[in-house]
Amino acid sequence: MAKKRGRGVAAVNYPTGMNLGGDPTQALVHSTPTGGIMVTLSSVDLGQGLRQIIAQICAETMGVPTDAVTIDTADTDTGPHCMGTFASRGTHRVGNAVIQAAQEARQVMLEVAAEELEADPVDLETDGVGNIHVKGASNRNISIFDTALAAHFKHGRSISGRGMFLVPRSYPETETGAMKPSTCYAHACTVAEVEVDDETGEVAVLSIKNVFEIGRALNPKMVEQQLVGGSWMGISHALYETTEPYYPKRDHGGRDYNEYLMPGPGDLAETEIAVLERPSGDGPYGAKGPGEMCANPQIPAVANAIFDAVGVRIDTLPITPERILRALKQREAA
Amino acid sequence: MKLSKSYFADERDDDLVEVGQSRQRSDIRGHVTGKTAYFGDRTFPGLLHLKMVRSPHHHARIKRIDTSEAEKHPGVARIVTANDVPHNLYTILILIQVGPEDEHVLAVDKVRWKGEAVVAVLADTARAAEEAAAKVKVDYEVLDPVLSIEDALNPGAPIVNEHHGRNYYLYDSGECRKVRFGNVEEGFASADHILEETYQSGPIEHAPLETSGCIVAPEANGRFTCYTNTQAMFFTLDNASIILQMPGHKLHMVGGTVGGGFGGKVDVTIEPIAILAAKLTGRPVSFIYSREEEMQVSSPRAAEKLVIKDGVMNDGRIVARQVTAYIDAGAYSRHSPYGAQKSAAHFPGPYTIPNVSVDSYCVYTNRTPSSAMRGFGVTIGDFALEVQMDKLARKIGMDPLEFRFINAYRDGDMKAHRQLTEGAALIECMQEVSIIADWPVDERFMAMSSRTREN
Repeated sequence: MAKKRGRGVAAVNYPTGMNLGGDPTQALVHSTPTGGIMVTLSSVDLGQGLRQIIAQICAETMGVPTDAVTIDTADTDTGPHCMGTFASRGTHRVGNAVIQAAQEARQVMLEVAAEELEADPVDLETDGVGNIHVKGASNRNISIFDTALAAHFKHGRSISGRGMFLVPRSYPETETGAMKPSTCYAHACTVAEVEVDDETGEVAVLSIKNVFEIGRALNPKMVEQQLVGGSWMGISHALYETTEPYYPKRDHGGRDYNEYLMPGPGDLAETEIAVLERPSGDGPYGAKGPGEMCANPQIPAVANAIFDAVGVRIDTLPITPERILRALKQREAA
Repeated sequence: MKLSKSYFADERDDDLVEVGQSRQRSDIRGHVTGKTAYFGDRTFPGLLHLKMVRSPHHHARIKRIDTSEAEKHPGVARIVTANDVPHNLYTILILIQVGPEDEHVLAVDKVRWKGEAVVAVLADTARAAEEAAAKVKVDYEVLDPVLSIEDALNPGAPIVNEHHGRNYYLYDSGECRKVRFGNVEEGFASADHILEETYQSGPIEHAPLETSGCIVAPEANGRFTCYTNTQAMFFTLDNASIILQMPGHKLHMVGGTVGGGFGGKVDVTIEPIAILAAKLTGRPVSFIYSREEEMQVSSPRAAEKLVIKDGVMNDGRIVARQVTAYIDAGAYSRHSPYGAQKSAAHFPGPYTIPNVSVDSYCVYTNRTPSSAMRGFGVTIGDFALEVQMDKLARKIGMDPLEFRFINAYRDGDMKAHRQLTEGAALIECMQEVSIIADWPVDERFMAMSSRTREN
């Protein structure tokens, strides 16, 4: 009886969005009288930080600081349609819609500033901290604050824009399955190192080393939080979770967090993450959606590591101590 | 986290100002100090609490429903039954023309899974609603349940859902979504080795910290404001509009920050009945899943069964891959026909294989309806594919990481579903893993690129 170590690898890809069902999102952007930038949506922030990412995308396009952007979302009276926050689509779909809306709003903003500065709009640029100036002549400048006031009270212009992003629905060909399920794919490769106790069947995940290719890390810290959380969920899926441990008997099903098993703080693996960026052709600043993918490669990597450690294959999830022990006994008997 | 900037550096502009910066999230202080407001933080005078009477059986005929005792329970305002629901038979994907309608908001004639909603009870307090729900008497005639994919597909199996008339979803392609590329039989015939293996999984729960729920307030102007934690505002609004036979402009959905979704808040099982209850009583209504309902009643990830048959050469090339995937939808479709279709598109994984055949089935059983969950249609497929890859590598005595390099897809390769590969990066992910996990591979693999093929 011993604790045996092993390691396993797995590599995956994952589509961004749900093109097989039609996948639209809309956005509106407008300026307040004093140059605050409002983004109006009906998209839902699930706690992953959609508002923050959308604010940064809008700020980049408008040429204003992220702080100047306010996200008003998840209200069907004010926000235009969004398909929803799922299918790894939020950043990609909402982000693209917001870029289009912000480009239109920026154009009006520059036209108003051009009138104020007696310049041509194409000769203007934003400085990213709240001002507009003539390229190469930063002394010929006007603040966005003053530009917005002028638009509202002097020129009668609405600094606003509409954005729409739609990947048209793909209908699979019935006989061949020819279809276009996505326009871009994120990628991952994970190596898991485990220690398996061949007396108890218990598995300790010693380390998880993940590499994710996600198009573009729009906010690296937020990317990290999502990837670390996903990596934990993958381990949880591999080793712990099931709503029906002795199906079709249902009386062992977890009813709360005490009974529904997931890894606790003492079970956390040493987690390492590297991120690669290959910008997607149609992503907002190259982003793809890694939200779902990041919880996938750990599952087979852990399964393969268990085989490497003790030489039995558990091809049914979750890989519980009971299943490992039964497999070890079966091998002994054989 | 390490940003490995050396890969694909020539494909990125580094002229961005706001994007690419690790700005602190604007909402994080609220989250970590408990100040973020969730839908359930709202209070309304006269609020009613909705509790659901649920089926204790996997499959049973409803012979009689007697609500008389429950109606007399102190604090009870109203009992809602199937007859009260204007368009009781629905399916959520009807919005994208994926029918047929196959599920009742409140059960009619039959229950098809253990936990199915039968009667809704509204009372002044959650406790009174729960006590009254226990007094609703439902006489059932228990029927034989179909509890596994195998049983469901047996000829002569009881029909789980009469609205489908068969125990699988009928696609325009027939009994399954198909992908056919090359000729797998020829591929198998030419292979040095064949490996056929079966993989399975049980359902898992999204387990969000905040359980699914909503509060509905009837407004003086005849509209209904629904404060909800749905993941999809208009998806919910449009389905509620169909079920309630109420114009969409009468409905106002208000969301906000959601305490975790993971796909568990995309089914529309909460809002329509709560809005109906508010309409019938003229009072605000709260319908929030208990932790037990969230864990055992809300849709989990589907149980799946996958059979993968591969033909592989001694030099490491996979020459044929046949996948048969069975997704256990449980008693109703919800999002599962879409999930099975997504799985068909995903196989054979991120590898270029000349001969591929995929059949993805969406199967009905008397199990808790499964639905969307982080990665559905793909996650279990990846488990199966990547364990299979490990087995194949060992079968031919090859390093499992090197084996994947040999088969990895590259830009310009034709995928099984007939799209040209673009933007591939699997090889680079594996190169980086080789470095950070200290898993050395032959230098010819470290010299590969997703953008081109050698020679």
